[in-house]
Order: sequence, then structure tokens, then C-alpha cells
Amino acid sequence: MTETKQPIIQIRNVSKRFGKVTAVDNVSLDILAGEFFVLLGPSGCGKTTLLRMIAGFEMPTEGQIIIDGQDMSLVPPNKRPVNMVFQSYAVFPHMNVMDNVGYGLRISGVSKGEIRDRVAEALELVKLGGFEDRMPDQMSGGQRQRVALARSLVMRPKVLLLDEPLSALDAKLRAQMQFELSDLQDKVGITFVTVTHDQDEALSMASRVAVINKGEVAQLAPPADLYEYPANRFVADFVGSVNIFEGKLTLDEPDKAAVDCPGLGKIYLNHGVTGPHGADVWVALRPEKIYLHVPGEGKAIRAAAQDAPDGHNLARGTIKGMSYLGDITLYEIQLEGGQMIRVSRPNLSRHDQEDFTWDDKVSMHWRADSPVVLLS
Amino acid sequence: MSGALQDWKSQKKPFAAVVTAPVFWLALFFVAPMTIVWLYSFGQNAGPADIVISGTLDNYKRATEWLYLSIFLKSLAVAALTTLICLIIGFPVAMAITFAAPKWRPWLLLGIMLPFWTNLLIRTYALMALMGTNGYMNKGLGGLWEGASWLRTLVGMQPLEAWTPVQLLYNNFAVVLGLVYVHLPFMVLPLYSALDRLDKSLIEASLDLGAGHFKTFMQIVVPLAAPGIVAGVMITLIPALGAYLTPDLMGGTDSQMIANVIERQFKRANDWPFGAALSFLLIYAMFILIAFQSMRSNKVKEA
Repeated sequence: MTETKQPIIQIRNVSKRFGKVTAVDNVSLDILAGEFFVLLGPSGCGKTTLLRMIAGFEMPTEGQIIIDGQDMSLVPPNKRPVNMVFQSYAVFPHMNVMDNVGYGLRISGVSKGEIRDRVAEALELVKLGGFEDRMPDQMSGGQRQRVALARSLVMRPKVLLLDEPLSALDAKLRAQMQFELSDLQDKVGITFVTVTHDQDEALSMASRVAVINKGEVAQLAPPADLYEYPANRFVADFVGSVNIFEGKLTLDEPDKAAVDCPGLGKIYLNHGVTGPHGADVWVALRPEKIYLHVPGEGKAIRAAAQDAPDGHNLARGTIKGMSYLGDITLYEIQLEGGQMIRVSRPNLSRHDQEDFTWDDKVSMHWRADSPVVLLS
Repeated sequence: MSGALQDWKSQKKPFAAVVTAPVFWLALFFVAPMTIVWLYSFGQNAGPADIVISGTLDNYKRATEWLYLSIFLKSLAVAALTTLICLIIGFPVAMAITFAAPKWRPWLLLGIMLPFWTNLLIRTYALMALMGTNGYMNKGLGGLWEGASWLRTLVGMQPLEAWTPVQLLYNNFAVVLGLVYVHLPFMVLPLYSALDRLDKSLIEASLDLGAGHFKTFMQIVVPLAAPGIVAGVMITLIPALGAYLTPDLMGGTDSQMIANVIERQFKRANDWPFGAALSFLLIYAMFILIAFQSMRSNKVKEA
């Protein structure tokens, strides 16, 4: 991952408008050779349009898409060095698996013997060896998706495009396919570009994620950075669960900063945020980074931690809602100021979920490196 | 859903209440007259208004004589040609409607169906008015001819002879054209419904895998539209085979089809038994066509 990689796809100031609607708005980004790139965003954000422009099914209204050094403006989809796995899989229903996977090779005039070998190899890769004679309607959704994958991989494209590849699968199969896709990408070394609205999918598979909002790139970063260092409120909120509070920046030095949030209290950070003094900012705090304890007990824990001045990074409230999810319990807590905050607590022992219940008064604290200050 | 249907079917009384009326209707107005005509085909005239059903096969013998068989075969050829032309014209039309913007689709479909709102006779006469020796088609052709003649004089050549109207009506060409005009919607609608159901991402997948538009059309679109093609062919071929009005009005003396011959037996010739035999030969031919189709669709289902 540390080696410098060449961009295989360069998207340069690409916009796409459908009539008055701007689906993609002046997007520029590079996708590097061999990476697992994910376009993440809510439905209707333009991520699929972007993918379809890379595939050649839509033409950019403005801008340029360069694949492997070649401008794709005038190149039709059937001449592009990319292949796509469709959301509906688009497995040809009137052909068996052999003919489906061999379709592209047959079109490009590869000899029969070589087609047979390469199809067998591709099917082996997606763990469908021996399924050559099956018809698509005799297969499950997961199997059909593997056929679609094999059909694209057999073409040995420079880039494999996947449109919501896991959205039609059930939860268990989806988790399994997430691993398999990552594994497969590792094995074949082809650049994968995936579109998804599912943040778990993006975080678990991607080497880098572009979060798209209203046709624009909200942030482009590796998954962990996206989660821990969101660039703005949209990313913080869309990727994972988060509490966001409005506040004013009262202190901003290279090694420390403080924000006064009327809803939450005084926030102290052990690093600077380059923002103008007194500016309106937002503080994002992930539910799992908040410690929950019985009032009074907190002092001792805080004394041990001592990473913030007294009266900072503390809050009190009343539990108003609880949902037990097995591995964690999620608490909805009403702060003294009236605002709600979400706190999650791992159930490290079998009885942890019994520690707190509805209407309990609780106090909370968090480490000085947990809050993220957002300027937009 | 099928469970609910099963329950509903097992409710004998409501089922009977719903089914009795149509069954009765079909029995009275379809099965009974057809049976009578079928019986006539084994009978002979015993007087101007009397038919004796004697079980004779003479009518069928006469119907398979070359004179009638040739008209029958010719009708089949005309119907087949009509169907083929409808398919060739109808497929692009159906595709165009399928790929048109959704807001236009109902209007385009309406345009296809609009002729049905007019009586067939009126439509046929309108077409005849267009194609007559003084019709717009001839006038248009005449205008082109005169234009060409004028161009020749411009470059100093002799003008062409005066335009003589082309005989467009009262021949086999007119019959085929009229039949295509009447039956085109029957071809377009089933094709449209088949193409509309086709998942567009299959076409994109084919393009994505390197196939051009023609290969995609031949390898993906046509095979997947096959049920629609078969339905369209059947629904065009069968009525075209039994066409009566179009050849009667637009055809010449040599373009009569089997339905015109049958009509003559029932009316002018007053030979109902022979007309019945000819009718049933036509019906048998259609049965064979329909049997072929259902055998084919069964095979598709098995595969």
C-alpha cells in the first residue's frame, strides 16, 4: 500500500446534467491502479451516474474521463477497457453459465478451446466450478452474481466496475461476499470501483472511499480516516452514527482547542483546529467514544485520565431509551440542556446491559482526542 | 398468491357463479353455430334452402382440388408476406417506443392503436382514396416526375413524357399493402410488450462485454423477444389468412383470397356445404399453426 501507484482512471471536472437536474457536479478524482475504490453516498447522490460514465453508458456533459492514459470522450462502452457487474447482475437468461461467462470472449473472437479454459478458470475463481451447464433460473441470487462477476473477470479488464454489488443479497451472504470480493480483488489485482449506499460495505472493502453528496465529492479518504476524521457534518453523519452539537470555538492553539457547546458543555481537545477564533463550529462525537457511568463514580475515572481541565468533556443526563443489540447496548440519553445524545456501550460481560435502565441519571465523559471539530 | 388462488378455486359455488355465464355464452354463440357449420360441411344441397347432412366427403374432395387449393396456398403466401413485412416494420417501431422517454410512450402507443377506433371499412376506403389514380400518392409521384422533367430542361435535355398515373390499386401489391396497414398494430403491440419487459441492463451488459449494437440485437434482443415475435406472428398471420374485406375492395380479379371464395359459396353460389368445408379447411390450418406455437412454448418452458 505504500508504493506509489499510477492513476488508472482520472476524472477531470466531470459534470452530468439531465435537463435541469445536475447529477454529478464538477467532480475530479483519481482512482489508482490496483486499489479497491468505493463511491459511497445516499441514493440519488450521483454515484451511479459517475460509474455509468466510467463504463460509457452516460456521456459527461462537461469534463473528461481518462482511463489508462486514454481520453474516453469518444469511446463507446464496448471499446472501453472496463467491465461492469450490474446491480441486477444482468445475467443473460437464455444462455447457460458457460455461454454467459464466455459471451465477451466469443464476441472478441477467441478460439473455442481457449474460451473453455478461461471460463473454467474464471468460474473456479468465483467458486462456481462445474456450474457450466446451469441455466440462470436454476441458480440463487448469490450464484447469479458470481456468474456476473466471472463474466466480467474473464475479460481481464483494467478496471472492474460494480454497481451496488451486494444490495440484493441477504445479510449473512452479504458479509461473506464482502470478504470474498476483497479477497478476489487481492488475487486478480484488478482495480475495483464499487458503488454503494451501505457504509459498512464501504468501510470493510475499500482501500479508499469517495463520499458523494449531491453530485459532489464530500470527502475522499481511506475508510478509517473517513470514520475518525470526517471532513464535514455530512460525512460524519453519513458514515457511522454520530452526535453533532453546535458550538463556538473559544480556544485554538497548536496543541489544544476548546469549544463551548450550549447543548453539551465545554469541550476540550488535545490538538489544534485551524479555525477562526469565535467561529461557529460543530462538534461530532461518536456514540462508542462516550463512557457512561453512575454519577459520582465518574470523578475517580476522570482523575485517572486527566487529559482535560476540570469541567470539560463531561455531561450528565437521563436515560430515555435503550436498545439491546447483543454485542452492544445503545442508550438514548437526554442531556440536562434537553438535547438527546446517543451512547453505545459494549457488553463486555453477560450482565453489562443490566447496569443501566430507563430513567437512570447517568454521567458521561470522553477523551480529549475523541471529539471532532467540523467547520462545515 | 397461488395459495389464495387455490382457495378461491376450491370454493365451488362462487366459482360456478362466475364461470357459468361465459361458458353458456360460448356454448350458445360459438360452439353451437360452429358445430352446425361443421355438420354442413358433410352435407349436400337438397333444395334452395334445404341441406341434407349425408356424411359425404365430396365437399372436402372438391375443396382440395387444385383450383381451390391454389387460392388457399396463395392466401397463405400473401398472409405470410404480410406478416413478414409487419415484422420488419414493426420491430423497429416497437423498439423505438420501448426506448422512448416514458412521458412519450403512452402517446406513441395511442398512435399505434388509434386506427382501431375507426371502422375497418372506412380505413380501407381512405387508403383507397390515397392510392387511386387521382389519389395523393399518384399526385405526389406525378409532382416528382414533373420536377425531374423540369430539371432535365434546365440542363438542356429533352423533357420527360407527360406523367401517366400508376395503377396502385386493384392488384396483389395493393392487397399486401392494405393488409400490412391493417395488421401492423397487431404485430407492434406484442413486440412492444416483450421488449418492454426486457431488462435494459442486459443490453448494456452485452455492450459492456464488447458486442456492438448489431451483435447485441441478434444475440440478446431477438432471442429474448422471441415470445413476443411468435405471438406477433400468430396474431398477424391468422387474421391475415382469413382476410376478406381488404382483398375484396383493394384487390384485382386475380387477388382474391380464400375468404372471398368462401363468401361466394355462402352468398352468390348458395352452396353452404361447400363453403362450410372450405371454412373448416381454413380453421384446421389455423389449428395446426396454433399447435406448433404451443408445442414451441412448452419446449421453452421445459428448457
